[in-house]
Amino acid sequence: MDLNFTADEQAFRVEVRGWLNHTLPYDLSERVRLGKRLGKFDIELWHSLLNERGWLAPNWPRQYGGCDWNAAQRHIYEEEACLAHAPRTLPFGLNMLAPVLMAFGSELQRQKFLPRILTGQDWWCQGYSEPGAGSDLAALKTRAVREGDDYVVNGQKTWTTLGQYANWIFCLVRTNLDVKKQEGISFLLMDMNAPGVTVRPIVLLDGQAEVNEVFFDNVRVPVENLVGEVDKGWTYAKYLLTHERTNIAGTGFSNAALETLKHVADQVHSGGKPLSQNLLFAARVAQVEIDLMAMATTNLRMVSAAAQGQAPGPESSMLKVKGTVIRQELTSLLRRAMGPDAMPFQLDCLQGGDNAEAMGPDHAAAAAPNYFNMRKLSIFGGSNEVQRTIITKNILGF
Amino acid sequence: MDFNLTEEQNMLRDTLGRFLGDRYSHKSRQKLIASGEAYDQEIFSGLAGLGVLGALFDADHGGFGGAGFDLSVVFEELGRAGVIEPFLPAVLAGGLIAEAGRTNVVDEIIAGTHVAALAHGEPGSRYDLSHVESSAVLDGAEIILTGRKTHVLNGAQAQTLVVSARESGEVRDEEGISLFLVFAGGEGVTVVNHVNVDGTSGATVTLESVRVSVSARLGAAGAAFSSLETAVARCLTALCAEALGAMEAAKALTIEYLKDRKQFGIPIGKFQALQHRMADMLIEIEQARSAVINLAGNLDQPRAIRERHVSATKNLIGRVGAMVAEECTQMHGGIGMTHEYALSHFSRRLTMIDHMFGDVDYHLERFIALRVR
Repeated sequence: MDLNFTADEQAFRVEVRGWLNHTLPYDLSERVRLGKRLGKFDIELWHSLLNERGWLAPNWPRQYGGCDWNAAQRHIYEEEACLAHAPRTLPFGLNMLAPVLMAFGSELQRQKFLPRILTGQDWWCQGYSEPGAGSDLAALKTRAVREGDDYVVNGQKTWTTLGQYANWIFCLVRTNLDVKKQEGISFLLMDMNAPGVTVRPIVLLDGQAEVNEVFFDNVRVPVENLVGEVDKGWTYAKYLLTHERTNIAGTGFSNAALETLKHVADQVHSGGKPLSQNLLFAARVAQVEIDLMAMATTNLRMVSAAAQGQAPGPESSMLKVKGTVIRQELTSLLRRAMGPDAMPFQLDCLQGGDNAEAMGPDHAAAAAPNYFNMRKLSIFGGSNEVQRTIITKNILGF
Repeated sequence: MDFNLTEEQNMLRDTLGRFLGDRYSHKSRQKLIASGEAYDQEIFSGLAGLGVLGALFDADHGGFGGAGFDLSVVFEELGRAGVIEPFLPAVLAGGLIAEAGRTNVVDEIIAGTHVAALAHGEPGSRYDLSHVESSAVLDGAEIILTGRKTHVLNGAQAQTLVVSARESGEVRDEEGISLFLVFAGGEGVTVVNHVNVDGTSGATVTLESVRVSVSARLGAAGAAFSSLETAVARCLTALCAEALGAMEAAKALTIEYLKDRKQFGIPIGKFQALQHRMADMLIEIEQARSAVINLAGNLDQPRAIRERHVSATKNLIGRVGAMVAEECTQMHGGIGMTHEYALSHFSRRLTMIDHMFGDVDYHLERFIALRVR
């Protein structure tokens, strides 16, 4: 065993850090650092900067324009990007759809869609959840009926993250009612600008509309936009979930959030001394730091096992649960660190592009909204309860 | 970055696991404890013969291991089997003796023919490593030791005691502490054995004007604190790995029980309430494994880094150890409470490990104090 990075990996870290220092626009990293929301333009700008450097798709093979980084390189990039307060890249096209197209899509689909993910011509969103299909995703009802060379789609998707900016959506739709629920699902690529598509924002606990409802009313989708075989969509959906989970623990985010929290606890005063010297508060921070130190290693152990070809077991579920609990605790502590300054609701200061002065110290405006926003972590991507069931069933064998 | 054991470590683990699987059981341990013996000499010699003690020392000191991951591999297996034989004293006292270059004693420790124990804790010292009231007074070519040492692990089984005593300074000063090799049967040395809750043995050692030669001092006068801290860091690596092994054993018992035990006509593992408790425990055991790796892998780092890992890992192990002990007992129900069932040993051992060299709260506070600024 050796916990050190190799000389090559350390050199890679220096290269990544140097590039981030040089390229990441200051106002963008400041907004990320202060927990403000990013707009469409911000995200597209960051994608284009990464794409220019060839680093937009770390896990794609080179033949499709990816970096083909190994697990250690991806981990290092992730750590550095988070510490530099770089925006996150959009996972929907890069990490969710792309691997499915590479594995199951047609040559035509790969040629058409993969380059456009890199150039930013397409903004993808995910059409999985429905009002009646959350944790029980296979219960989805959105119907696709074949008519000539088209599928005609009717139904509703929900919790569609950043769907308001998307021009494409990949959807799980029901194509067969006569079989087991998992066996009648297909994977469709749909143009958001097609007639019959309606997007309606959902305002969340944090006062903002990050997610949407998407309605389909007799939307016609050409059959060439079916991925793989009809009725095999559940297999592709599961593939999507079990792959590209290297970042599921979110250790990069948590490291950056911990640094921010410690910095804030040194600045904010309580009883005439820095909050970081209040032993009760310091103990809460130390507890989560210790948990994070261990989880970072758990994450690396699992990443390295996967790199050695060991089949993914319940590990990604474990990382999901622990990683989200830690991230939520960190946002909770930052909110508490703000004291009464967490109370004013300052939506204007949070929205991308707005330069309004926020009341209170740095981070005050975003502390409570981010805390509320991050409650989603233990709900989405398979709720933590679903993950716990998976973990134990895997171990017990039933 | 590499999370694989070396071939030698893998072999040692397998050999050790096989030996203990064949020779060590809950029943045999309970019988041993009931007999009043502190450990089974045959088992201890057998394990020494397999190289278990040699793996705890580096080549310079007559061993063939000694690195953090050597300690963790050995002690995880010892913990999994619930071994109560005196291996921790070999890391603790043995490590201090080796560092001082007393190779003849170390050779005997590695052979399993000599037990040395660290007599350091005192009434009222709790977990403070620098709390030493016992005195060492120079008298010509001799030193006179006076004081009382408590919770001396395997003190009554040891031929040699490594005794800490103060040559200068105040009770809690780091400066002024020295270590001395003391013959356990020597004049003025009284050793009273007691059995701990988990079946291990401790002793109270009283030193009444014990005369030792100046050459019995390990290292320079008054400068032993940093050696003690290093030895405790190594000991905690071993102890935390032992705890991890005990967690794995408790987990294995509980998994089997959830599959086999039927209530309301179905295996109790089918109940989601128990599945989710189990899942949380499995997650935390992976955390414990990572914490042990973090400590073992940082044992040779500079003090500031090493000691942060010591406290982080001991805190996490204490929390997870209590969780595993309590949750496994709860998931078993009544049977988990019984002395006769193997889980009882692991529950007791995991709980008592938190009482050794600093508990959850002690190490959390220490971790905060060690914050890198």
